[in-house]
Order: sequence, then C-alpha cells, then structure tokens
Amino acid sequence: MSINLRRALLPALGLFAVVASAPAFAAGGEITIPKQSWSFQGPLGTYDRAALQRGFQIYKEVCSACHAMSLVSYRNLTALGFSDAEVKAIAASVEVQDKEPNDQGEYVMRPGRAADHFKSPFANEQASRAANNGAYPPDLSLITKARVGGADYVYALLTGYKPAPAGMTMPDGMNYNEYFLGHLIGMAAPLSDGAVTYADNTPTTVPQLAKDVTTFLTWAAEPEMEQRKRLGVKVVLFLLLMTGVIFAWKRKVWKDLH
Amino acid sequence: MSTTSNAPKKNGIVEWIDYRLPIFTFMNHELREYPTPKNLNYWWNFGSLAGIVLVVMILSGIFLAMNYTAHVDYAFVSVERIMRDVNYGWLLRYIHMNGASMFFLVVYIHIFRGLYYGSYKPPREILWWLGLVILILMMATAFLGYVLPWGQMSFWGATVITNLFSAIPLVGEPIVTWLWGGFSVDNPTLNRFFSLHYLLPFVIVGVVMLHLVALHTHGSNNPLGIDTKKNPKDSIPFHPYYTVKDMFGLGVFLVIYAGFVFFAPNFFGEPVNYVPANPLQTPSEIVPEWYLLPFYAILRSVPDKLAGVIAMFGAIFILFLLPWLDSSKVRSATFRPIYKQLFWIFLADCLVLGWCGAQHPEGAPLLIGRLATAYYFLHFIVLLPLVSKFEKPRPLPESISTPVLKTEKA
Repeated sequence: MSINLRRALLPALGLFAVVASAPAFAAGGEITIPKQSWSFQGPLGTYDRAALQRGFQIYKEVCSACHAMSLVSYRNLTALGFSDAEVKAIAASVEVQDKEPNDQGEYVMRPGRAADHFKSPFANEQASRAANNGAYPPDLSLITKARVGGADYVYALLTGYKPAPAGMTMPDGMNYNEYFLGHLIGMAAPLSDGAVTYADNTPTTVPQLAKDVTTFLTWAAEPEMEQRKRLGVKVVLFLLLMTGVIFAWKRKVWKDLH
Repeated sequence: MSTTSNAPKKNGIVEWIDYRLPIFTFMNHELREYPTPKNLNYWWNFGSLAGIVLVVMILSGIFLAMNYTAHVDYAFVSVERIMRDVNYGWLLRYIHMNGASMFFLVVYIHIFRGLYYGSYKPPREILWWLGLVILILMMATAFLGYVLPWGQMSFWGATVITNLFSAIPLVGEPIVTWLWGGFSVDNPTLNRFFSLHYLLPFVIVGVVMLHLVALHTHGSNNPLGIDTKKNPKDSIPFHPYYTVKDMFGLGVFLVIYAGFVFFAPNFFGEPVNYVPANPLQTPSEIVPEWYLLPFYAILRSVPDKLAGVIAMFGAIFILFLLPWLDSSKVRSATFRPIYKQLFWIFLADCLVLGWCGAQHPEGAPLLIGRLATAYYFLHFIVLLPLVSKFEKPRPLPESISTPVLKTEKA
C-alpha cells in the first residue's frame, strides 16, 4: 500500500518538476500543441486552393526529397485547381519503372502518367534509412491523421526547431525540436525563410511555408473532406426536418391516449 | 383504387400465403397488435435503436468487404483505396467505424436501463442472458473488426488481446499459437479474423431473434416495474404508438450519428492506427477502443496476469448471476430508495473504470482503477444481496393507469 501511495504522489511531484524547469525532458506527455486557425476547420471549412498549390510546391521541392506520399496519385492534383494538362505535365516530370514488363520481358523506365501514385524517393525502407542516417522519414500520405494534434501538430513540428537548451548534449545527427516527443528528431529543420520561390507574392517566411505545406498535407490525408462536409450539412438538415415532422406526428398519435 | 383503405385488408394473395405460412398473422401479432405498457419512457427506445444499428453495420460491412483485401501486405492500402478511390467509400467506412461506437453507446444505455428498472428479474432472466450473450458477441466482433485495417493499433491490440490466453496454465501458449495460426500475429491471423468478423454479426442476428422471442413472451418491463397483464388498460398496441415513438428516437439518434460521420469521423479513433502495422515497433501506448476501456482497466488493476484475465471475464460473467444476486421482488429503482443510489454509484464506477483504462497504469490512475475494480465486484457480491434483503421498498401502485393520472403534473 505504501508503494501505491508513493506512486500516487509521483505525478504531483512530476508536475512540480515541470513547472520548475520549463522544457521538462522526461515528461514527454506534457507538450502542448498550440492551436492554429485553418481554412479547413469547422463544419463548413474548405481548403484554400492557393495554399494547397503552394503547399504542393513545397512538398515537391523540399519534402519529397526524403518523404514518400504513396497513397496520392497525380490525377488527384486536379482537386488543387490544376488543369488536366498541368497534371499530365507534373506526372511526366518523373521517370517511373513500368509495373508490367514490355514484350521483350524487360522492365523499362517511362515518364509518369496521371494515374500513377506519387513517385517515392527511395526504393524501400532500407534504402531510405541508408540515405537518412538510419532514420526512416515516414510516408506523408496520412500524416495529419496519424498524429495526435493533426494539422496543428505538423505545423508546430515544422516551426518548432530551436537551439538545444544549455546543458543538453545532442547526439550526432539529431536536432532539437520543441514539439517532437522526446525533443530529439532526426530530421533537420526542413524549412527556412525563402526555401522556395512562390509564383504569387505570398511571403516565404517559415510560418507561412509551414502553414501552406500543412494545408497540403491535410488535403493529402483527407481528400474527401470538402465533399464530406457538404453532404453532411444536407444530411443533418434533412434529418432535423424529418425528426421534427415525426415528432409532430408522434404528438398527434399520442394525444388522445390516457 | 383507394376506396377500401379503411376496410380491414383482404388481399387474395396475402390470404393464400398466410393460410400456408402465417407470416402476415405473425407480423400483425408481433409488430402491430403486440400489447406494450403505455408508460414506456424514452430509455425504452434503445432496444430498437440497437437493432437498427446492427442492420446498418451489416449492410455497410458487406459493401466494405467487397473492397477489402485481407492480406498483411494489402489490408492497409485496400482500406485507403476505399477511402480515396471507391465511390462514397469514405462514407461507407466512416458509417461502419462510427457505427461500432454508436452500437456500444446504444447497447450500454440499453443495459443500464435494464439495471435501473430491474428488467433482469423474473420472468425475464433468459431475456437478460441473451442480451449479455449479444454483448459478448459484439465485443468479439468489434475487436476482430478493429484488427482488419492493419494499422499499428490493430496489430498491437490483436497481439495484446490474444496474448491474454497465454495466461491459462499449461495449455495457454499452445492456445495462443492455435489462435494466431502461427508464432505471431501474422497473415493467417488476419485472414481468420476477417472470416470471423464476417460470421459473428449473423450469429448476433440469431441471438437477437431469440432475445425478441423471449421479450415478446412476457412483454416489455416498464418504468414502474409492475406487471401490466392484470389491467388491460395498461397496455396499448405497439403500432402506431411505439412505432412512431421509436421513429422519433431514431431521428434524434441519426442526427448525432451523422454528426460524427460527417464532421468528426475520427473522434473515437486512435491516430496511430493510421500508421501501417509494424511488428518491429511498439506504439508508446496500446489502448483498446473506448467501449472496452472499463474491462481493460479491470484487467490491468490486478497485478497477476491470470487473475487479471479472470477478473476481466468475471466482470461480464457476474452479470449472468444478477437475477439471483439481486433478490428484491420490486423491479424498478423508482421504488427502491437505496438501490437507486447504488445504481448511480455503480454507473459512476463504470465511468471511472473507463477513464482509468485510458491512462498509463501507474500512480494515481492505477490506484483509482484498483479501487474502482474492487467496488465493481463489491457492488454485485456484497451490496446488492444485502440491499435487496434489507431495503424497504416504497409501496407499488396497483396499475399503470393509477400513478400515470396522479403524477401527471409532477
């Protein structure tokens, strides 16, 4: 029982420790992710098309050097506002190996087609780890759905690179990130001011870049979101109306009963 | 055409069939005339709601199965294909995913309604048992289904739950190997889980039929918990009174259900299950879906593995003995002042257990979980038998009509 009591008191002690030394290293669960405001939040939220296109540019020029996005196809990019011709051109800019052998029995390289999935930067996990100091950059297709905090977390991570606190020894190849669990992350800060050149006049500060690419990643994870919410509004309105009518009917049926 | 709409229905074909196979008489009996207590409140909606959710789950599941691939290399991707490329596949999957949570929500309310109004008491013990069998089948089906998308939590949840059987002395390990179809959770496991996940819902349908037969034998209990057979004025035909009331309840329920499906489809889910299963990397926290958390808390409250497994299963099986543990002749908690308090404390205890199940099992949550587990069993083994023996119930009304007229204003 005394052991249990001590255990019961430990969290309280832990809390003091957190308050005393701000970035408590051991208390991984204490990280709070700041909330951002997003174009896609709320029951009527939609994706900002311009942000999606800018975000895709960042993915293409920065993220895709290490991260795959294998569940998304080039043809899906029409949802970002690209025309069919633009999508074909984007797909054709990569070389992929055809899944079927040609009539000589050889697997040949060909330009990508709209129906292809996004080309992955590495052939397999081993190749990816070998090129990334042993770390495995996760596939980004579902990243905002696969992390607690969703888009807010991804944004926080991308903007959370800070110099390591004094006295903390950084292992080789590791970077300090305020919001990563344990604060040690293999990925070096991927974004810097002016990392990409936007076609429009949007500033290319790190917060802006992070916001754009996170919007794109959220779309990649939930491409059905706009259709879902639009249908949802209709369905719920219909159900409310129907339920109201049935309630009136119910009152009528039960009125004479005693 | 519509001149005979008020006359009793006489249709040659219907009569021909009915004379040989009386399904129309049966339906008329059980769905129209079926005498139902006139004072059922909205807590009585949840039985029919559960039945409707079961149908929704089976239908959405059948269409999902047409697009799902039960193979460790393709399961995760096939689910994502449903989400992205199958027409309205995202809708099907979100209906099914959230439907599981809705099913348990509805059934738990249904069960607690039974606990409050003493619906398990004679002559409805077998009705109660059949309901518990449905609950156990639902838990098994839900667990099997959660494994199918083959995400991290699918894989590790399957590993943890199947490993529970290794606690059985002597034959534990061989049983686990037999369940897995190999030496770890792998492709054979996924295949059989898919097969069983498709099978069990139809077993549930069968038990639901029996549940209904048992229900219709003695009719519904009611908020006063008194027999309604004595006074014919206490009963009303099921149709139109309860068909329309159930439909209204269904409408309210569907608004809530649709709210989750369309606007917060992953509210009940674990983000880590959107990471493909990786046998080499354990997630930082392995937790079951919310509806299994109270039982998970009981499992983890006991320091010994075998004892924990026994406690967890015991927590469900003790419910089978409820009609005898609670020997009070009075059904409804309305007339049982002490039991009524016990009911609310027990409900709170279950919620506390659910909270503990979601916490890391150490420190305060572990201690609270242990106390709540102890109370869970104390409630059934000690408090209920004592209270049902010594409690002085308030006087019961003669019939439904008497108190209904008197308490109308209250």
